[in-house]
Amino acid sequence: MKAFLILEDGHVFTGTAIGADKEVISEIVFNTSMTGYLEVLTDPSYAGQAVVMTYPLIGNYGICYEDMESKKPWPDGYIVRELSRIPSNFRSEDTIQHFLEQNDIPGIAGIDTRALTKILREKGTMNGMITRNENYDLDEAIRRMKQYTPTGVVMKTTCKEKLILPGEGYKVALMDLGAKRNIAKSLNDRGCEVTIYPADTKAEEIIAANPDGIMLSNGPGDPKECTEIIQEIKKLYETDIPIFAICLGHQLMALANGCDTHKMKYGHRGGNHPVKDLKTGKVYISSQNHGYVVDTDGLDPEIAVPAFVNVNDGTNEGLAYTGKNIFTVQFHPEACPGPQDSAYLFDRFIQMMEEK
Amino acid sequence: MPKDNSIKKVLVIGSGPIVIGQAAEFDYAGTQACRSLKEEGVQVVLVNSNPATIMTDKNIADHVYIEPLTIPVLEGIIEKEKPDSILPTLGGQAGLNLGMELAESGFLEKHNCRLIGTTPETIRKAEDRLEFKETMEKINEPCAPSLVVENVEDGVNFAETIGYPIVLRPAYTLGGSGGGIAHNREELEEILANGLRLSRVGQVLVERCIAGWKEIEYEVIRDRMGNVITVCNMENIDPVGVHTGDSIVVAPSQTLGDKEYQMLRTSALNIISELKITGGCNVQFALKPDSFEYCVIEVNPRVSRSSALASKATGYPIAKVAAKIALGYTLDEIPNAITGKTYASFEPMLDYCVVKIPRLPFDKFISAKRTLTTQMKATGEVMAIANNFEAGLMKALRSLEQHVDSLIYEDYSDKDEYDIMEMLHRVDDRRIFVIAEALRRNIPYNVIHDITKIDLWFIDKIAILVEMEERLKKEPLTRELLAEAKRLEFPDSVIGRLVGKKEKKIKALRDEWNIHAAFKMVDTCAAEFAASTPYYYSVFGSENEVVETSGKKKVLVLGSGPIRIGQGIEFDFCSVHCTWSFSRAGYETIIVNNNPETVSTDFDIADKLYFEPLTPEDVENIVELEKPDGAVVQFGGQTAIKLTEALMKMGVPILGTSAKDVDAAEDRELFDQILEECCIPRPAGHTVFTCEEAIQAANDLGYPVLVRPSYVLGGQGMQIAINDKDITEFIGIINRITQEHPILVDKYLMGKEIEVDAVCDGEEILIPGIMEHIERAGIHSGDSISVYPARSISEKIKKVIVEYTRRLARALHVKGLINIQFIVANDEVYVIEVNPRSSRTVPYISKVTGIPIVDLATQVIIGNTIRGLGYEPGLQKEADYVAIKMPVFSFEKLRGADIALGPEMKSTGECLGIAKTFNEALYKAFLGAGVRLPKFKKMIITVKDADKLDAVDIARRFKAIGYEIYATKSTAKILNENGVEALMVNKIEQDSPNLLDLILGHQIDLVIDTPSQGAKKSHDGFIIRRNAIETGVNVLTSIDTANALITSLENRDEHLTLVDIATID
Repeated sequence: MKAFLILEDGHVFTGTAIGADKEVISEIVFNTSMTGYLEVLTDPSYAGQAVVMTYPLIGNYGICYEDMESKKPWPDGYIVRELSRIPSNFRSEDTIQHFLEQNDIPGIAGIDTRALTKILREKGTMNGMITRNENYDLDEAIRRMKQYTPTGVVMKTTCKEKLILPGEGYKVALMDLGAKRNIAKSLNDRGCEVTIYPADTKAEEIIAANPDGIMLSNGPGDPKECTEIIQEIKKLYETDIPIFAICLGHQLMALANGCDTHKMKYGHRGGNHPVKDLKTGKVYISSQNHGYVVDTDGLDPEIAVPAFVNVNDGTNEGLAYTGKNIFTVQFHPEACPGPQDSAYLFDRFIQMMEEK
Repeated sequence: MPKDNSIKKVLVIGSGPIVIGQAAEFDYAGTQACRSLKEEGVQVVLVNSNPATIMTDKNIADHVYIEPLTIPVLEGIIEKEKPDSILPTLGGQAGLNLGMELAESGFLEKHNCRLIGTTPETIRKAEDRLEFKETMEKINEPCAPSLVVENVEDGVNFAETIGYPIVLRPAYTLGGSGGGIAHNREELEEILANGLRLSRVGQVLVERCIAGWKEIEYEVIRDRMGNVITVCNMENIDPVGVHTGDSIVVAPSQTLGDKEYQMLRTSALNIISELKITGGCNVQFALKPDSFEYCVIEVNPRVSRSSALASKATGYPIAKVAAKIALGYTLDEIPNAITGKTYASFEPMLDYCVVKIPRLPFDKFISAKRTLTTQMKATGEVMAIANNFEAGLMKALRSLEQHVDSLIYEDYSDKDEYDIMEMLHRVDDRRIFVIAEALRRNIPYNVIHDITKIDLWFIDKIAILVEMEERLKKEPLTRELLAEAKRLEFPDSVIGRLVGKKEKKIKALRDEWNIHAAFKMVDTCAAEFAASTPYYYSVFGSENEVVETSGKKKVLVLGSGPIRIGQGIEFDFCSVHCTWSFSRAGYETIIVNNNPETVSTDFDIADKLYFEPLTPEDVENIVELEKPDGAVVQFGGQTAIKLTEALMKMGVPILGTSAKDVDAAEDRELFDQILEECCIPRPAGHTVFTCEEAIQAANDLGYPVLVRPSYVLGGQGMQIAINDKDITEFIGIINRITQEHPILVDKYLMGKEIEVDAVCDGEEILIPGIMEHIERAGIHSGDSISVYPARSISEKIKKVIVEYTRRLARALHVKGLINIQFIVANDEVYVIEVNPRSSRTVPYISKVTGIPIVDLATQVIIGNTIRGLGYEPGLQKEADYVAIKMPVFSFEKLRGADIALGPEMKSTGECLGIAKTFNEALYKAFLGAGVRLPKFKKMIITVKDADKLDAVDIARRFKAIGYEIYATKSTAKILNENGVEALMVNKIEQDSPNLLDLILGHQIDLVIDTPSQGAKKSHDGFIIRRNAIETGVNVLTSIDTANALITSLENRDEHLTLVDIATID
């Protein structure tokens, strides 16, 4: 069956329908990872977006449930060049076709994903519609698309109740802003007892639990929208508890301290971005997924100094907070998908708790 | 960290002659690295014995030594040039071993010179089996259970404890020489003994067999700050057990999940970090298909064939970056030349799929064993880029130029299902076609997988292609079906055959339905950043993204495809120089080629690079888009020449010599007419189509006669027949492949063979020099030792040769290059072959005379004249040097191949000996070819009757330098009768000790065995030659070569003079 991808700027791509039979409007973003399509699909940071995979052959190794980064896939839509006819891997339990259908995610295959990526690169991220309706009204569709803004995505993706992963080591409070599972797992694997809190938990509750460290997770959407969470984070900042933050957590900590964030033209989504540790000069290849970035122009060194920078475009990739036991990164040391090169940052966090 | 400014002058070591396992990829890497060094203002001294390379051009390096790659030569160059650094990681295993030896002996330290790019400690840790294993254990990287042994007994004992099958890997050899898999004790003993002998250090690794596991490779780079990245990973479709050079390989990996991909990536980065490599490195893994268990198979601490492939597959220039790292730069300081926006410290992301297929030489070596093992056999490879795997496979298959354009290959109609299943067990170059046939017969995927261990994902992809064959046969050809067939890259010719329509009709339908190829860019970043480097591949069903460029005149340069015997790196040399020359003349240049190992497919050689098969349809796709003002075909070997007619039909003007005249040189009757008009004699001959006609012709001419198909390369199918029976056999072999052109039967003349390359501007000619072959006519020119300047012909004969060349070039209206082969017999000059195009000897003659003939030919094609270019027409003044081109063979890699030389070419590469005197040049040439004599001073002579008298003189001379001579009965008799003492040995069917025992006893330096011509190949001779080759003994099959060798040994002088080629002009 035919499906159409209509972009806000009037471009139309015709392909084959995959996944659920429903029409969807969403923000279209592209990811350049060559492996890890399931991890991408189940990364809560994609809530409110439809993802284009630039690698053309998707689904080759099927679905291995244990690789899911959260309980379900989050994108509103899925856009690929080609889905593999059969999955081939010893761990595969399902096909990607079935997985999309079962999780009610509509999609389109068989389109020129490279041409689409180039449009997004040139014109910037934009909204789009995936539909099976051959008689779509282009003007009407564009009008509806222009109105679309993803909102409330953090609360949609965060856990509903507190959850504890037992461990013998340090007690870490993880604020789930739409967290990928491997953040908690990376800490838990290092012996930590991880308590996962819903995003709307008050700072007082977390502080009262007397954790050795606080972890702010990744998450979806515009950071400036999270005004209430920012206030709670400001309170956490005021304590002397070591804090480590990733992605959205990094952005919120910056906003809590008077920095600004802005939307990037088309963001960073993939597993090949070089980030430079400004302290050592060493470069690490990182996993990334963000559409917003912290502005470091006019950053008060009394508050924080840049700790990591993106080698490609010079954007900020991390901050070290002056006089505080706090460091935050824009990229994903928990990987999944992507390179594990910066996993040492979890060790650094453990060390921070140790030194305290 | 910026550049290390103490590095001012670097010696780069090349990899020497092209052999199996060490081919054009090192010219590509070396050339790229030298350009990268020069860009940084560093002086480059280059040494490589291979004259056919681009890296040995004087515009690539500042000082160029085409000298044998031996320690004394390198020491001499270091003393003379005083480089402060040596870059040993670009010349393959050969270069690395030499760098190691220089460092270990303390020579470098004494001369204030050091290795850059990598340290001796690193090389040892990666290359020495035991140290490697210990290093891997230290960082918890698993290796298969193994033991390094230095004798057969230890190997057998260890095998008993870990169980068969066992893999054997000799230390410090190239292309896995001498390695293999042993299934039982007998095989183990045989392979192990051989491996121990071939290893530079007498060590072989005996290892648990992990055959059948997935074979995965990672190309990784590290700088001196410890920054590490992965350039590319690759998955071999053929599981562990087949050398990666002989495997069909796909990039990136297709059947690995992110967990597996990252696990191996992290392991590769841990390894390169622990080894402290600065530069590129290749890590090979075996991954158990049903668990996360893996082992590290091998690490190459240098650029390699795989790194060339990875560079072309991703657009990331590994050698260039490795050279910059060697100078001290860090990855984040080196800009990515493709995007201009990013840096070398990022990992390429592909948005396409790359398929590589090896080019195996079994069409040349019919008797060779086709089984693929851990010992590499391929001479070259092709790569194809597409956005789906099926299309990549189809494009790569037709790029091979092996009369295959789809998965329909051999006729299996007489085979039943059981036979097909049996055939699936055979691991050879035809397995992919057998799998396709098995799928046609509905043999289940899992049955095919259980036998071949090939992943089900690949089997399914082959099934998709087979299903398309069926659909095309059965369904009506709709627009949708045709579009889908094209998306899978079925060529029009195959679609036509399957639907029962003419190819032209399919093309017409495509035009009608608007199904056309579009071109996409290779940009290293999956379109994330804008890229400016125009490196393209075709796809169907997508948007075109090639941009209109400059308003300049456009020229299409057709490359020469995969490296194979008969069409090697020299044609890439010509294509690249032609491109540069057009570019200087203000043209926009477009290269089409499919060989990932070469310089021509580097992204910054031409203005545009199309990585595509070289078939008429694929080229037409490019022509329709680019509308070039002309195409040059005379530099790309037969591959390009074969496209001439098709290009003309597309309306593309052929620049230079016209197609009609090219044809005239190949068409026997037209050619005879031209010779007659020019009053030039040729050996009498006839064109025939059938065996009966051939026998008739041979009897008319009188035996011996030469039989060959027209339009061939490297003398393919050419044989000397001495009787009717031979004719019947040869015609049978030739007709195995349908012949579109007649077969030629010529009188065989025994005489001196002379070769000339010339440039003609339509009126006048320029001959840089006359070359003479050491071996008499009958041995393919590519396998003959070639001497410049010709030394045994008179001035009168030279004048005749120049005159004939002029007449022929003018008669054929040559504009550009022409190559002519003559025979001088009884003071008479005969023409035996004319090729109005570039030839194998072009790079060699250009370098030794300092006359850039490709550039001149290109200028002439554009419209300049020889005089206008500042040259006096005619034969140029002889150079001050004697230069000898020596063929180099790879027989030890090809089990079962007959090494006897004849009219069909067998060498894989060549090296050069250059000196002021003939004797020194000859000695250098032999040295460069790896003939390091004397060792044990024992030799065997067994010659055919016709050579017996010549053999007496040669034997006497060997005796005089201290050789002990063994000979078979009749040869020994003649020698002894003539006063040359020779010990008689039993023939191999006789009792021990016989010839074979002698050879296998590792006491023999040399075997001179001249087989009798004709079909009746002596089985004994074959066994002697094979055993000698496999025992590492030098074997000569021509009495003339033997004569040359003894001459060189008689005049052996350890103190070689070194010639800087860059000073010749």
